[in-house]
Amino acid sequence: MNYASYIFLIPLLPLAGFALLGLFGKKYFNESSGIIATVLILVSTLLSLYTAYNYFIAEGIINGAYPSITAFHTSWLSFSKNLSIDIGILIDPISVMMLIVVTFISLMVHIFSLGYMKGEKRFATYYAFLSLFTFSMLGLIISSNLFQIYIFWELVGVSSFLLIGFYFDKPSAVAASKKAFIVTRFADLGFLIGILLLGYYGESFEFSTLIRQLTDVQSSQSIAITTGTFAGISILTWGLILIFIGGAGKSALFPLHIWLPDAMEGPTPVSALIHAATMVVAGVFLVARLFPIFSLSEIALSVITVVGLSSTFIAAVIACTQTDIKRVLAYSTMSQIGFMMFALGMTGTENTLGYTASLFHLFTHAFFKSLLFLCAGTIIHFIHSNEISAMGGLKKYIPLTHLTFLIACLAIAGIPPFAGFFSKEEILLAAYNSNKLVFGIALLTSGITAFYMFRLYFSIFYNKQMEIQNPHSEGSFSIKFPLVVLAICSIVVGFIPFGNFVAADNKILESHLDFRFSFAPVVIGGLSILLAMYFYKNENDKPNKVASFWGKIYQAAFRKFYVDELYIFITKKIIFNFIGRPAAWIDKNIVDGLVNETARTIEKFSYMIKGIQSGKVQHYLLYFFGGIISLLIVFVYLWK
Amino acid sequence: MNLLIILLIPLLTAMALLFANSLKQIRFIALMGSVAQLIFSFVLFYFYRTEKNNGNTALFSFEQNYTWYAPLNINFHIGVDGISIAMILLTSFVVLAGVLVSWKEERLSKDFFFLLLFLSLGTYGFFISLDLFTLFFFLELAVIPKFLLIGIWGSGKKEYSAMKLALMLMAGSALVFVGLLGIYFNTNINGLHSFDLIQIANTQLPLAVQKLFFPFAFIGFGIFTALFPFHTWVPDGHSSAPTAASMFLAGISMKLGGYGCLRVATYLMPDAAQSYSTIIIVLAIIAIIYGAFATMMQTDLKYINAYSSISHCGFVLLGIGILTKTAINGAVLQMVSHGLMTALFFAVIGMIYDRTHSRQLSQLSGLLKVMPFISTAFVIAGLCSLGLPGFSGFVAEMTVFVGAWEKPDLFYRMVTIIACASIVVTAVYILRATGTAIMGPINNNDHLKLSDAAWYERLAAIVLITAIIAIGISPFWLTDLIGQSTDSIVNKLLNK
Repeated sequence: MNYASYIFLIPLLPLAGFALLGLFGKKYFNESSGIIATVLILVSTLLSLYTAYNYFIAEGIINGAYPSITAFHTSWLSFSKNLSIDIGILIDPISVMMLIVVTFISLMVHIFSLGYMKGEKRFATYYAFLSLFTFSMLGLIISSNLFQIYIFWELVGVSSFLLIGFYFDKPSAVAASKKAFIVTRFADLGFLIGILLLGYYGESFEFSTLIRQLTDVQSSQSIAITTGTFAGISILTWGLILIFIGGAGKSALFPLHIWLPDAMEGPTPVSALIHAATMVVAGVFLVARLFPIFSLSEIALSVITVVGLSSTFIAAVIACTQTDIKRVLAYSTMSQIGFMMFALGMTGTENTLGYTASLFHLFTHAFFKSLLFLCAGTIIHFIHSNEISAMGGLKKYIPLTHLTFLIACLAIAGIPPFAGFFSKEEILLAAYNSNKLVFGIALLTSGITAFYMFRLYFSIFYNKQMEIQNPHSEGSFSIKFPLVVLAICSIVVGFIPFGNFVAADNKILESHLDFRFSFAPVVIGGLSILLAMYFYKNENDKPNKVASFWGKIYQAAFRKFYVDELYIFITKKIIFNFIGRPAAWIDKNIVDGLVNETARTIEKFSYMIKGIQSGKVQHYLLYFFGGIISLLIVFVYLWK
Repeated sequence: MNLLIILLIPLLTAMALLFANSLKQIRFIALMGSVAQLIFSFVLFYFYRTEKNNGNTALFSFEQNYTWYAPLNINFHIGVDGISIAMILLTSFVVLAGVLVSWKEERLSKDFFFLLLFLSLGTYGFFISLDLFTLFFFLELAVIPKFLLIGIWGSGKKEYSAMKLALMLMAGSALVFVGLLGIYFNTNINGLHSFDLIQIANTQLPLAVQKLFFPFAFIGFGIFTALFPFHTWVPDGHSSAPTAASMFLAGISMKLGGYGCLRVATYLMPDAAQSYSTIIIVLAIIAIIYGAFATMMQTDLKYINAYSSISHCGFVLLGIGILTKTAINGAVLQMVSHGLMTALFFAVIGMIYDRTHSRQLSQLSGLLKVMPFISTAFVIAGLCSLGLPGFSGFVAEMTVFVGAWEKPDLFYRMVTIIACASIVVTAVYILRATGTAIMGPINNNDHLKLSDAAWYERLAAIVLITAIIAIGISPFWLTDLIGQSTDSIVNKLLNK
């Protein structure tokens, strides 16, 4: 199959959309810019589906595994003999899977925004940014080169920055966009150094070469990177952990998660696309992409597991206490990404279920989480507030949203037969097989997940009955259509035999769902839902009582465990006051002071000696004779 | 291909300006002159490439050599290689943009444009000189107009700044001259001392001579490119200068230093460069990180960009100090990239200042709403500054990083990590400026009436942005251009 003939169109169409709308959209076709961008992304989506059909079905397995195909490859910036940034398109199971996720969710968000952003003055700009993001994300997933990923990684970051700050006259949006960019940028520092390390020792930035050379224990590159150590840990592990830091930043894992909740300042469809379904899973994708190398380092995998697991748990606890609907969803995203991450971390060489499970969860999560966000969008649109306290009894006003929201909640809570059930089940099984403690925490967290999601559900749609005068409609067709499509997806995508397509070794992984094993998670999920119903279905003061019972712990969770405060302390207090300020002071007073002092000294000196040139003949005569006398003294008396 | 044309264009334009008798004519002549420069530098680029593609392996192309003053063996010797062509291209872009943003300069406009063009004459001459004396002659030619430009058309404490800049650069030139004389008197080619760059490069200066005179040449040129701790003319000079002069100063003049460090100091005294490498790297790293942190605390847009220039020029010095091919390539790329980016930054800051009459962050806010074009250009300059892929800054910085990383010892590793860390700090100060001045609500209602960029300002910004994006998207043409020439420098470094 010749993919090269069309595959490059998939990312380039959104790029064309960005260029077109960015340059001319606002002036010439502000109104129709949404349609243009949507049509372009529709074509990309169809091409992605076509690619997937060709890759998985028509071509299928060749010689026992799915092939890795480089459909396009060119040198972009060469540094030295081995090292260069190449731009390529790599087709393998995970990139094809991601192509579908990204284009499809992006298409849904494009359609949804047609109605949702209607009347926005900067409509064309919005779609330009959205197209830019889609292009960057697509470029990221089809990268064939480690540095290429970094390029698109940064571009994704900047599109996220632009979209979070879309309402740029809101100070909170500006602050949030800055925060998101700087925190991820900080994490990317690790990524960059990790790339340099792996590239230097692996003698290539190309994935295929890098993986081949580093996984072959006989190769000189592999020996160099595993025997070289720094601070007692091998260079390989350092490199991988540094790269993982980059991934953790983008994927909002603890403790680099602080930007994600604030990022909710962006338009809600953007949150659905970038901060729920696609960009934030880039870290998971990165680890999966480099998994053959990650699997060489036990320590790196343990780090991934610990970070993933702690994020999962912490985020779930915080989500129970938040009152802003989008923030609850943000923490739930963080928690679910934690699931994906630790599933990767627990993947061993012989038991590779975790890898498949992780990416399966990434896949299903994209659908139900973007659905949740889009529902949140319609709710916020309807009620003009993000706060749960302003909501209640909305079931009768927005029935379609209610239904789709419920489906998404059931999916994320892991209730069969919704999509989340299947993927989460696999993750739990993988955890069970490798570490019982991890399994325990994961099981508990999945219970908490069900609880906070249904807390949200009951608080919005039941609880106190709001009386709304002249309620406007739920939204136009372009708003309802994506909700329905995504809801259907949230039901059916779980039935996809994911192991047949994506596995750590590109072969087929026989996933056997054991329903006896599923019993415990489903029961716990169900009980959590009942608990949420008990607390939140009707208006009462039980939640407050529980909150005050937990007192300090509740407060700590509500304040997000003070991580933000810690960051502010370090940046504002320590870096600004102890590094920035002294640097500026030294420059002004010492370095520049010396320059000025030199000038002043010279000036003083010339002032002192300028008296010599007085212009009076008597003075000159005096100097003249004085000079002669001193010379005479020197010659006559001292010269011997 | 006659290289003298590149000197004649600004010279003739400047002369023609003297005969212009209306503002309209002055502008027209200046614009035509700078467009001609741009066209010619592309022609030069094209011819150079054709020549290389035809298999010409000579180091310098289009050489011309005239005797200037025979008794001292001073020749007017010119020629170009890839690095000089890159610099010439950069200069012509910045000159065109500089003329465009000065469109509304009505005070003594004839003198103003005359000096601008004169400055470009000195710059072109510097970049094509293959004789050290000629080179020095043009270096001086490029300093004097700056003094006048700041002193007459500047703002704020302009006398102080003009004096400071002129004195510090003159001190730099004096050091350079000592270095050049040191080289001159220690060469013996056919019984004569020589200023000829190619001849000197073919001989080898004694190590003791190199070690003695390398610091003179390097520090001298280093002052031009904001070598720590001789960088303090940068903030004052830039902030007092009129917009076009700031653009020239940061965009071109600072590159004279980098080019000189590379072409004269490192190329002619490679052994000394090896032995002083560590010191250069340490100074460069200080400039990078300390400049970045100092930028974070600035409140005036011009000071922000001036300090960030110190930090960015540190990458140039770092690349030169590392002495690997990749790093030197990176240094040249960074010179071009920084030149374009900082010129864009100063142009935009000038546009903002012309409208709001303020450069203080505390008095600016929400400009995106009233001047979308200017604000977008500002954001683009900022994103280029913080090394976003797709813009030239990324290409240059990554090349320096990879080059620095090639040396496998802990010192170089730490250096690279610190340099990488600086791009995070860059992000902080760029976003701080953008978040305050460009985004946010408008606090000053007077700003609501302000207009967006006029056509000449748009054109200026577009010229620079085009170049920045062209390098950012397809860096290979630039790396191909300079690659061969940096090879010669690196070979000289390795020929021991």
